[in-house]
Amino acid sequence: MAEVPISWFLTLSAILFALGVAGFLFRRNIITVFMSIELMLNAVNLTFVTFSYQLKQVNGHLFSFFVMVVAAAEAAVGLAIILTIFKNRSTLQIDDIDSMKN
Amino acid sequence: MQLWLIPLLPFAGFVINGLFGRRFSKGVVNLFAIGSVVLSFAWVLKTVLGLGDITSPHVEHYFTWIQSGNFTLNCDFAVDRLTEVMLLVVTGVGSLIHIYSIGYMAHEHGPNFGGYYRFFAYLNLFMFFMLVLVLGANFLVLFVGWEGVGLCSYLLIGFYFDKKFATDAGNKAFIVNRIGDFGFALAMFYIFKSFGSLDFGTVFQKAPGAPESALTLIGLLLLLGATGKSAQIPLYVWLPDAMAGPTPVSALIHAATMVTAGVYMTARSWPIYTHAPAAMETIAVIGIATAFFAATIGIAQNDIKKVFAYSTVSQLGYMFVGVGCGAFGAGIYHLVTHAFFKALLFLGSGSVIHALSGEQDLRNMGGLRKHTPWTFWVMMCAGVAIAGIPPFAGFFSKDAILLAAYHHAPWMYWLGTITAGITAFYVFRAMFLAFFGEYRGHEHHPHESPAVMLAPLVVLAALSLAGGYIFKVPQFLSTVFPPIEEGEDMTLVAISVAAGVLGIFLAWLMYVAQPRLADSLSIKGLYQLVYNKYFVDEIYDTTVVKPVVGGSRVLLWRVADVGIIDGLANGIASRARDIGVVLRSLQSGNIRSYAAWVLFGSVLLIVAMGMAAGGGIR
Repeated sequence: MAEVPISWFLTLSAILFALGVAGFLFRRNIITVFMSIELMLNAVNLTFVTFSYQLKQVNGHLFSFFVMVVAAAEAAVGLAIILTIFKNRSTLQIDDIDSMKN
Repeated sequence: MQLWLIPLLPFAGFVINGLFGRRFSKGVVNLFAIGSVVLSFAWVLKTVLGLGDITSPHVEHYFTWIQSGNFTLNCDFAVDRLTEVMLLVVTGVGSLIHIYSIGYMAHEHGPNFGGYYRFFAYLNLFMFFMLVLVLGANFLVLFVGWEGVGLCSYLLIGFYFDKKFATDAGNKAFIVNRIGDFGFALAMFYIFKSFGSLDFGTVFQKAPGAPESALTLIGLLLLLGATGKSAQIPLYVWLPDAMAGPTPVSALIHAATMVTAGVYMTARSWPIYTHAPAAMETIAVIGIATAFFAATIGIAQNDIKKVFAYSTVSQLGYMFVGVGCGAFGAGIYHLVTHAFFKALLFLGSGSVIHALSGEQDLRNMGGLRKHTPWTFWVMMCAGVAIAGIPPFAGFFSKDAILLAAYHHAPWMYWLGTITAGITAFYVFRAMFLAFFGEYRGHEHHPHESPAVMLAPLVVLAALSLAGGYIFKVPQFLSTVFPPIEEGEDMTLVAISVAAGVLGIFLAWLMYVAQPRLADSLSIKGLYQLVYNKYFVDEIYDTTVVKPVVGGSRVLLWRVADVGIIDGLANGIASRARDIGVVLRSLQSGNIRSYAAWVLFGSVLLIVAMGMAAGGGIR
């Protein structure tokens, strides 16, 4: 069985990351934006694992675990914030949440 | 010998009265103020008796004040015969004037309630600094006292600080003295550069070996300091204005003690001056010029205190003539006798002013002989003493100076003798205007002063009469100063005495016998010139004050301060503000625009890193 070339993994990772960025920039719903952030994190995780496999080193794996732990914590805090925002403002449109302005 | 007690006692009086005097009754204030000075006088007496017949200075070391590299400065006090004389004069006359002040200030509360304790606290502080000045064993300790007495002079001239002229006079005294003190400070730098020390002992021991140019420069710079403090040409202008202070202050600070500090300092520095003939000559010329110049102004003054103020300037000039002619002992001799009779003249005029409830104009006096007989007689004692009539105090000291001047340069003797005649004239003019003729004043009941004021006057009168005979200062100081050629010349003595007698006679003729005579003299222009003090204040105003003020206003304020310094600070601030205006627009509050900026930044960073790495590889 032929090896899948490493560039494929990296290309997939780049595509996922770009999708995350695009979602982050262009979607209005906070939850979608939040999911886009998760997507970017996982794209980076994929890169880590790819290089770890390529270089036969365990560091990349460790880093991806770290990222997962942080992402889990971030998801917990982030969802709590989103819930609070929705309770207070009854909206999840990101452009409506601009009270820091001025 | 516990020399430190001498200045510390008045300082304790200052601290106690200054901090708690507001709550004290006048009796308690008196107790601390007068008690501390009298105790100090007693301690001086004990010290002088205890030291006995000293020939070399008695030095007491307290602590090292400054230690920096090879420069060591100790806080030392020293006593030699010159210091003994000064200590006795300062604490003795000081005690008398403190006692007198009880009576003089009795009705005074100053501008705000509490002026009484404030007055005595300042007076005690002055005593402290004056004693530090004469006790200091090096130039810097002397300078501490020198500046301190200047401060107290300023505080006491402006004692009535709700009156504009008093505060102006205080400022004038302080600012004019700054010029002199600038010279003194430069002199100290140069002394340290030349001798590596500021101790009197070390400096004076090395002085004969130093180059004459250095000694001349030091001497002239010290002289600049002395002209400020001792009111000589060209810096004498502050002293007549200083009469805005209460009269005991004029007597103590601006006649008997502080203004003689310059004479003391130049006499103390005699080893420098004897090896710098040019500086000596300058002292003598400035002294004789001041003596003559100020005496002529004294003729035409109508304020009784102004007359004696110009008289003080003139007599200080005599002292400088003595010092400048090498007769250091004679200069100090005149300092001592002058302290007696000039303090008496001021305190006496204070008694007159007190009698007339504040009137100072001679034209509003007259005939006071009958109302205030004690004051009249004690002031006559001072009058004959200052006029140089033998055998009273002023005769001995003035004669010693005039003889030395004759040996130095005959023209100085003749000018000095003429000045002696003028001195006798203006003093007796004031006396005759105040005490003879008809009473011309407005106060209905001129009253004699209380005993507490008269007692010091009587003591000073006795000293003015007999002080010159009892205290043979030049002989006492002969071990301190270099010997001078003694030449008793009865003709010269007779001429100077005759000048004094002639002055008194002319004053009697013009103001008692023929009162019309003074008006009939057709010297209107000359009189106006003298009456306006030769317009020196106006000349200084145009040549010095106006350019300095104008220059400060235009160049320093408008250009340097507003233009450059403020411009720099404000310019930096407003540039920062401009940048802020631009950057503020980034803070839109829109999360997606922030995200776009983050993306933009990351891309920029990656591109930059890529270019840097690519460049490195290639």
